[in-house]
Amino acid sequence: MMDVGRHPKIKTLVNSEVEEVSGFVGNFRARIRRNPRYVVAEDCTACDECARVCPVAVPDEYQQGFSSRKAIYLPFPQAVPSAYILDMENCLGSEPIACGRCAEVCEKKCIDFDDQGEVLEVPVGSIVVATGMKVYDPRMNDEYGYTRFDNVITSMEFERLICAGGPSAGHLVRPTDRRTPKRIGFVQCVGSRSATRGVPYCSNICCMNTVKQTLQIHEHYQDASTTVFYMDIRAFGKGFEDLYRRSRDNGTRYVRGLPGNVEEDPETRDLVVTVENTTTGKLEQHRLDMLVLAVGLEPHKGNGKKTVDEILNLSHTSDGFVLEAHPKLKPVDAPTRGIFFAGCVEAPKDVKDSVTQASAAAARALNLLGAGKVQVEAITAMLDTEQCIMCGVCTRVCPVNAITASNKKQKQFPSIIEAACAGCGTCAAECPTDTIAMRHFSDAQILAQVEAILAEDRMSKILTFACNWCSYAGGDMAGTSRLQYPPSVRLIRTMCSGRVDEKFIWHAFRLGAPLVLVSGCHFSDCHYIDAVTWTQKRVEKVWSRMEKLGIRPGRLQLEWISAAEGQKFARVMRELHEHLHRVTPAEVEETIRILEKQPPVPGRSKTAVAAATA
Amino acid sequence: MNNEELRVGVFVCDCGHNIAGTIDTADVAAFSEGLPDVVAVVRNRYTCADPGQNEIKKAIAEHQLNRVVVVACTPKIHEPTFRNCVAEAGLNPYLMEMANVREHCSWVHFQDKEAATAKAKDLVRSAVERARKLEAQEEKSFPVTDAALVIGGGVAGIQAALELADGGHQVYLVEKQPTIGGNMAALDKTYPTMDCSI
Repeated sequence: MMDVGRHPKIKTLVNSEVEEVSGFVGNFRARIRRNPRYVVAEDCTACDECARVCPVAVPDEYQQGFSSRKAIYLPFPQAVPSAYILDMENCLGSEPIACGRCAEVCEKKCIDFDDQGEVLEVPVGSIVVATGMKVYDPRMNDEYGYTRFDNVITSMEFERLICAGGPSAGHLVRPTDRRTPKRIGFVQCVGSRSATRGVPYCSNICCMNTVKQTLQIHEHYQDASTTVFYMDIRAFGKGFEDLYRRSRDNGTRYVRGLPGNVEEDPETRDLVVTVENTTTGKLEQHRLDMLVLAVGLEPHKGNGKKTVDEILNLSHTSDGFVLEAHPKLKPVDAPTRGIFFAGCVEAPKDVKDSVTQASAAAARALNLLGAGKVQVEAITAMLDTEQCIMCGVCTRVCPVNAITASNKKQKQFPSIIEAACAGCGTCAAECPTDTIAMRHFSDAQILAQVEAILAEDRMSKILTFACNWCSYAGGDMAGTSRLQYPPSVRLIRTMCSGRVDEKFIWHAFRLGAPLVLVSGCHFSDCHYIDAVTWTQKRVEKVWSRMEKLGIRPGRLQLEWISAAEGQKFARVMRELHEHLHRVTPAEVEETIRILEKQPPVPGRSKTAVAAATA
Repeated sequence: MNNEELRVGVFVCDCGHNIAGTIDTADVAAFSEGLPDVVAVVRNRYTCADPGQNEIKKAIAEHQLNRVVVVACTPKIHEPTFRNCVAEAGLNPYLMEMANVREHCSWVHFQDKEAATAKAKDLVRSAVERARKLEAQEEKSFPVTDAALVIGGGVAGIQAALELADGGHQVYLVEKQPTIGGNMAALDKTYPTMDCSI
């Protein structure tokens, strides 16, 4: 922390929030709001004179409310910057009649009641998102009597009680009588691994944090007895098993089973914990002086204000943490280039893993900054303004904000920011006038593949569009796993299923394709944030059109297959192979006749679209 | 490029037994010769190895190839390899196309060698047709602003900021709270070393 404060290359903006980010990889612009501190941090010497005269005392957040602080305060002794802050919500005010005592005694005259904060704009090439997580709040469900019994505390509160810089100067005391507890229990998985309370996933850190805390207790108080109630102890990291063994060797009892009931003895304020020991199958009662809840970690949620995730257009996995570009190959990259993740914003992790990931994220960012320039694979979109009707569709569907908005009144065409374009092709597929073409995945190239595949023996083939990142890779996974499936599938790779223009599908049916499959990523995996939602909408549109034309919609299939789902890929191919046999040559001939009579996609020229929409 | 005569080279890889164990690669190679604009067909044991790549470079020079189709594995592994290979021979890297007859064919259909060979031919036909429509592309590059924004001043943000700054780059470290440190600063000791958090 101190190194950051001293580093000449780091400008630390505390009390500040990112309000807006524009631009693209290598060329972002961030708007940062510094909220008022009411103390000029650069001038403050942290002499404490102001706090000494401040008449207001409020619970100290840093000490988990176990002690108080003043309305003007230093967050904690080692704070960086080492400067006081005025908590305006609790301050009595600057008028001499109200108070203003701090300003009177400040020798440096660095208290500024009129501080309005400021707004800064900074150009940056890369962004590291390290916004962390929040700790589970056991009050919501009154976990284990937390809101009723004062001697039930959280693991975070325990940290303050055992800390030399804490409210009890490191002497572990229990809240009700400030006596050192002799019998201390720990409950694991509070708010984690539960379908009904908190979150369903494992919060990663709580087992080892509890092991650590039992060791700390035994270090301070050799005569203390410690009991841990758990489901599984997950001591998977380097050196973890050793610590766990040390904890057991110290005499900590590990009871497999979470308490069913916690009661307080009204006289002694001791806690009586009832638990089924699932190792012995027996019901046990434990009388404890203090019970510590090992609370889990949760992703941040917005509280009305736009979150960093929303500002940066970051997607989330089903657990609410940010989605990486690839879980194995690009685990610290956001799908949007130039943005990287570090720490618990990506998933719950301990200090070591946070540091490791932060170094990885920095390395990825350094890679970009060090190169001084960013090269973009030539698979981007191109726009030919001649055909453009400025309808705004491309700007709307672009998942990475790479297309600037058009303005019909001012005759301003949309334009593609090539460095920001991720190459998904959704704009090209959605553009009603074919104004947008994709480099390296052009209409002509894809249609040529459709024609080649259906040139011979078409009745035995399942024409499949597969996105590069998930479904095509799922096919690769089936291959490396040697999963066998019938040889009827013929893949056409596109970067994203969002590229699959409906005209590709109609062209396939017109050429006699018995069965067409569009396959892409699961919604939570989409490499292009939400491009896959356009795939779904488009396929639904084609289905309804097929219905109207009298073509069986079942001949167009839609499947989401991830890169890891080789098994699913093989299963889908087996199922579709069965389906293939149910399509008759007569049905296919009929489809060809229908489509020859009535082209389902209107002409894509500017005039044709104008006529169709008139 | 539009009016240029197309000259396609097809390079069929055995991949040891990985492909040739299931697919009759000689048959696929012979089939490839009959495809439109194909002027050279070469079979290799391992196309990705140096001798295989040299065959491609040699054929590009000898037959003035302007399109290359590599019939081998998934482009997700070796597309960069073969793009570099053709670029070294003076061909635009975007004029190279791959037909994936390993992950998508030989490995998943080894119980039906005949059908696998027939499918492989189809995949080559499709790849050649796509190759015939390929256009040279230039990768664009853009300048990068030499500064980084780190959002969040907890342990991860601190570490990332230090790494970037030590690397000589300007860092803006933005923290919502009045001090950096985040959740870590609220801890007493940290495992596995049991030392102080701050």
